[in-house]
Amino acid sequence: MRRGARVNVLLLLAVVLLAVLPVALGMGDHKAEPFAGADAEAETAITKIDPDYRPWFSPVYEPPSGEIESGLFALQAAVGAGVVAYCLGLWRGRRQGEARASAAGGGAADGTAGGLPGGTHDGAANDEAGSAGNGEARRAAGGSAGSLAGGEAHPAGGGSSSAGGADSGRV
Amino acid sequence: MHIAEGFLPPAHAIAWVAASAPFVVHGVRQLTREVREHPESTLLLGASGAFMFVLSALKLPSVTGSCSHPTGSGLGAVLFRPPVMAVLGTVTLLFQALLLAHGGLTTLGANVFSMAVVGPWAGYGVYRLARGLGARLEVAVFCAAFVADLGTYCVTSVQLALAFPDPVSGFLGALGKFGSIFAVTQVPLAVSEGLLTVLVVRLLLQSNAGELARLGLRAGVRGKAGAGAVAR
Repeated sequence: MRRGARVNVLLLLAVVLLAVLPVALGMGDHKAEPFAGADAEAETAITKIDPDYRPWFSPVYEPPSGEIESGLFALQAAVGAGVVAYCLGLWRGRRQGEARASAAGGGAADGTAGGLPGGTHDGAANDEAGSAGNGEARRAAGGSAGSLAGGEAHPAGGGSSSAGGADSGRV
Repeated sequence: MHIAEGFLPPAHAIAWVAASAPFVVHGVRQLTREVREHPESTLLLGASGAFMFVLSALKLPSVTGSCSHPTGSGLGAVLFRPPVMAVLGTVTLLFQALLLAHGGLTTLGANVFSMAVVGPWAGYGVYRLARGLGARLEVAVFCAAFVADLGTYCVTSVQLALAFPDPVSGFLGALGKFGSIFAVTQVPLAVSEGLLTVLVVRLLLQSNAGELARLGLRAGVRGKAGAGAVAR
């Protein structure tokens, strides 16, 4: 695995460890309700400080069950992750498309090459090709570069693409 | 950090709305200007908002034995500056208040102030400071996300302590109580958010370096050889 990809995987691993360790080490065992939400604990603290306080407004809509609530939370995370992954994949595909186009055109991307496989989704593609393509040396990307499906968000999976490898060295 | 619906006295609720509103209005102006002048940034704006959506839905266990969630505001603050995050954060908080009964409409002003105003500004300030001192991009981004996350929860603690001072130990006593619930729990989560934000910035540098450079984010250290100059 290239160094850039390895660092990315290590970053992810560290996040997973930080989340798993408190549970694995039983750090919630001293509590009546381990790993409850801090927001709910704050509500309890408020009612301890001021036992007479009554919330003066209730939520306009409350999910009728824990299942529906967790489903909506999952939906929120899924929508967010989907958009992030779509963008990363799109940009990666564009890069690979540019790299392939510049390789086909003799190595010098002029930023207006038509028919970029992954790079013609909107008007921004040409601007980006211009700024990214002129400034830095492009490397030829072989194989199936450029297809959106192939443009994974995570470079760990893109071991065969030379464009991903070129990036890893720079970061 | 979501203060639950109805859990701030009306006077406090109104005061926090008044405090947040100018930032959100200014943010809407900045956001529309950014989109008008740089239509190509729409995607990255969407990705920044989406990152906030993911992270604020992730409830993670922490060393205190309770769960909390990151805010995701550091990334957008570094990329697009804090005013834009005031808008994206408000959208996220509205979604959670209206559909998840998480947070609330009466506490929206206070929650916007902590998560969408102070957090992004604190993170952005630390980012600029770190870059100015010659820190690597990754280090500066980590610090920004960490401070934006932790700062948000510190503000929430202050907001609650102001509204509910302890009958015996007063504001400071209450601040200690709310701080131990929110801020201490948040420390490892802020580390996680910092690491995740660095990961996303690395992936962005690998796939969309051109636009990041336009926004002033370049790999490396200011003044060093290669693409290390800081534009902004």
